[in-house]
Order: sequence, then structure tokens, then C-alpha cells
Amino acid sequence: MKTIKIRRILLSLVLLLSLPVLAQAQELIAAKSFGKAKNEMVVTFAGAVDRRAVVEDPANYQVYEEQDPDIKLELAQVVLADDQKTATLTFKEPLNARLPHVVTIKSLGESGAAATFRVMKPYLGYLLSILVSALLINNFVFTKYLGLCVFFGTSKRKDTAKGMGLTFTMVIVVSAIMSWFFYQFILKPYDLNFLQIVVFIGLVSLTVQAVDTVLRKVNPALFNAFGVYLVLVIANCVIIAVPLILADNEYNFLESFMLALGAGGGFLLALYLMSSVRERMELANIPTTFKGVPIAFIVAGQFALAFLGFSGLTLF
Amino acid sequence: MATDKTNLQLVVNGILNENPIFRLVLSMCPAVGISTTVMNGFMLGIAVLFVQVCSSCTIALFKNVIHPRIRIPTYTLTIATWVTVIDMVLAAYLPEAYAKMGIFIKLIVAFAIITMRLEMFACKESVNASFWDGIGMGLGFMFGMMALGFVRELLGMGTLLGYDVLGFKPLLFFVLPFAGFFCVGLMMAFFNYIEIVYKRAKRA
Repeated sequence: MKTIKIRRILLSLVLLLSLPVLAQAQELIAAKSFGKAKNEMVVTFAGAVDRRAVVEDPANYQVYEEQDPDIKLELAQVVLADDQKTATLTFKEPLNARLPHVVTIKSLGESGAAATFRVMKPYLGYLLSILVSALLINNFVFTKYLGLCVFFGTSKRKDTAKGMGLTFTMVIVVSAIMSWFFYQFILKPYDLNFLQIVVFIGLVSLTVQAVDTVLRKVNPALFNAFGVYLVLVIANCVIIAVPLILADNEYNFLESFMLALGAGGGFLLALYLMSSVRERMELANIPTTFKGVPIAFIVAGQFALAFLGFSGLTLF
Repeated sequence: MATDKTNLQLVVNGILNENPIFRLVLSMCPAVGISTTVMNGFMLGIAVLFVQVCSSCTIALFKNVIHPRIRIPTYTLTIATWVTVIDMVLAAYLPEAYAKMGIFIKLIVAFAIITMRLEMFACKESVNASFWDGIGMGLGFMFGMMALGFVRELLGMGTLLGYDVLGFKPLLFFVLPFAGFFCVGLMMAFFNYIEIVYKRAKRA
């Protein structure tokens, strides 16, 4: 009896979820997405459209970002592909693919019907793109040049690098989430944005202290391994840069989480790469003047060059 | 414990013996990130000088009422307050320079050099000595940044402070963002070299 009830609920849920899909299938538009270029949008019609002149007239389109409907985006041209199904909309200015856009097509089809639909990136892909961006494309150490003091200080041994990287990732995720709550629910509603720096750094100190205390009681072995790095976390610019960035960009909770995870992971990656090289360098024959820190800088520069290769990488 | 150094010695110590960038290897982020021109180095140097002097004096003034166990958070909050002040002043009066610095002004709060000076010096010494130590460290940072900016601007763009000096661009490489790493590394090696030569000459 009970299982049937659950099954019924599940079925109706599935139906409810698939409603938008079903509704969309009946319409004129089969698929839509942002194009390859930054100022493009691709719309695929359900059937072949024979009225090329109508489809290719930019005046028949109205496009705006969902959050401000008053600002209409200007179209440069519309091109219908030879299969008469795919139209490419080219805009005068690059689109912000992060935001959902609303497109209205007037006088489409035989009856002159209008179609309105939303164009947005798949959200999961977008979240992952934030993660990958913070991890590789905008790696905080090699392309934003942040957190270098700790980076050079703790990258001599692989073990130290791992310890520092993991501790840092843990602290930054916790503190970024707390900063997000504080920013969204206290600083923004009460117009206290000028307190950003004080509040964020205070939260970081608090997190470090809390992690220190909790770890000491709950897992002494882990504390013995990672405790020494906790003090260093606070001297790392990345830990304060992440809350500032997520406040500037108005990220939501999941986006903030992904950014923090990417920043921490990126730091861990950079530390690990660097420590592998530095362990080898101890055996190498380096000119006396370059021994120690100078050669580490040169190596970091080469890593930075290599990381430049990730720029322009788009996965989703 | 009071320092036995005179005011001048404290300042010189910050600029030469314990130069934050080339000797202590602290606060490297701005040294790599925005040392592309002399002007950038100068501007950030001024901001750091201000924050360092003000925080040093504040801590030296209140050192007797700060409980040792919460000293690090106290330092951090003190620095954060002064950073907020300079951040707002620069944003209001020098918006162009502020835009160029980007996030780095706000990040002064996490610069290791300032916290380190508070921990090593200001929490033990008098207000007067802390003031001069702050001046020395701030100037040392500023000179380090300006030296880097000098090399990068001259070699990368052939200009100094925006004026065309060389008339051509010897090595465009140096003005690219990542070249900060190479530039810092090469300059450190250069200073090491001078030191070695100096010591050898002294011995001979």
C-alpha cells in the first residue's frame, strides 16, 4: 500500500519535472544555446523555416538579460544556415553567458506567431567551470600572483606541501562559506560594505582558531600533522581574496563554494608541483648566486608561463 | 626590552639589512603582481608605509593591555582597520591609481611583513621606536617595489614614470605579468652576487 503511494508521488514528480520539456517540444524552437563566439547565440527551429527574410531580420528579435528586461541587447545580424533550421544570432556586444537571457521572436512561422524562450547555460556545467577556472585558468598562485609568501615558504618538501595545501583548502572552504553568509545576510542588507575587510579577516582568524581547537580535541594525530600550518594560513592573501571576489561578483552559495574549492585546490596543486621540482633541485648543480630563493622564483616563473597555456580554455 | 638602535639605524635597517622584499622575502604577491611600473610600486609603497606605521604605533601604544593569547587576531583587526582607512581614502581621492592596484590594496591586510613586524618589534618596543621601525620597513618595501618597477618599466617599455627614456623597448618580456617571477629571481641573484663579490674583496 505504502509503496504504491510512494510510486504515485514519484510518478507525479517526474511528470511535473518533465512538463517544461513536453511543453517546449510542441513549440517552434527545438534547441537553443550560447554560440562559440562570445557574442553569438544559436537557435534551432523544430521544422525547416522557409521564410528566410523574416528569420534573418534582426528587427524581429528582442533579447534581454532576465534580470534587467529594460535593457534590450542589440543584434548585429541573424544568419539562417542552409538546412533552414539553425539560426545564428550575432550581437553587437559580447553576451554575459553567466546570466539567463530571454529571447522573443516576433512573426515567426506561417501564422506570424511569436515565440519567447530562455537561453541559459547548464547550471552544473557553469558551476564546474567556476571550479576549473579557479583551479587552472585563473590559478591564484600562477596567474593572479597571490599567496606567494606561504607558497615559497612551504614548497620545499612534498609532505609539507601536501599538509599545507590540504589545511588551506579546508580553512578556505569554511571561511568562504561563512563570509558568504555574513556578506549576504548582514553586510549587504545593513549597508555595511565598508566593513568588508575587517569582517572577512576577522572571520578567517575565527575559522583558523576554531579549526585549531576542534582538530586538537577531535583528531590529535591530524592536529600534530597539520597544526603548524594553521598559523600560516592567515598570512596567505588568497584566503582574504576569495571572500572579496565572491562579494564583488555577487556569487550565490554554490558558486562561492566552488570558487573556494577551486582556490584551495589550485593552491594545493601549485604547491605540489613546486615542491616536486624543488626536491629535485636540491641535487642539481645550481650557481651559488641562484641557490635557494632566487632559483625558486625562476621556476615559479616557468610554471606561470606554462599555466598561461590554460587561458582561453572552455570546457562547458 | 628596549632597542639600543637610534632612529636612523632603525630606518636604515628596514631599507637595507632587513629589506622586506629582497632580504626577508615577505609580501611577494605585490612584488610579482603589480611591479610593472615605478608609479605602481610607489603608490602601493605609500599605502603599505601608512598601514605599517599606523599599526605599529597602535600596537606599541596598547601592547600592555593586549592579552598574549589573542594577540594575533588583535594585530589582524588593527591592520584591517588601517587598511580600510587607506582603501577608502585612495578610492575617494585617487580613483585612477586605485583602479590600477585592483584588489592589492585590500590585500595589504594579509601581507606577512606587517604582521611580522608587529609580532617581532612593535609588541615589545616603545611607540617612538616602533614608529621609526615602521617607517624603515615601509620605505624598504617601497624601495624594493620601485627598484623592481624601475627594472621592469625600463627594460619592458623603455620608459620611466611614464616618460620615454630609451626611445625603444629593449625587452618587452619584462612587462608581461608573469615576468615578475623572473625579475624578482634575477634581482635577488644579482644582490647575492654583489654580496659575494663584496665579501671576497673584504677578505682580500
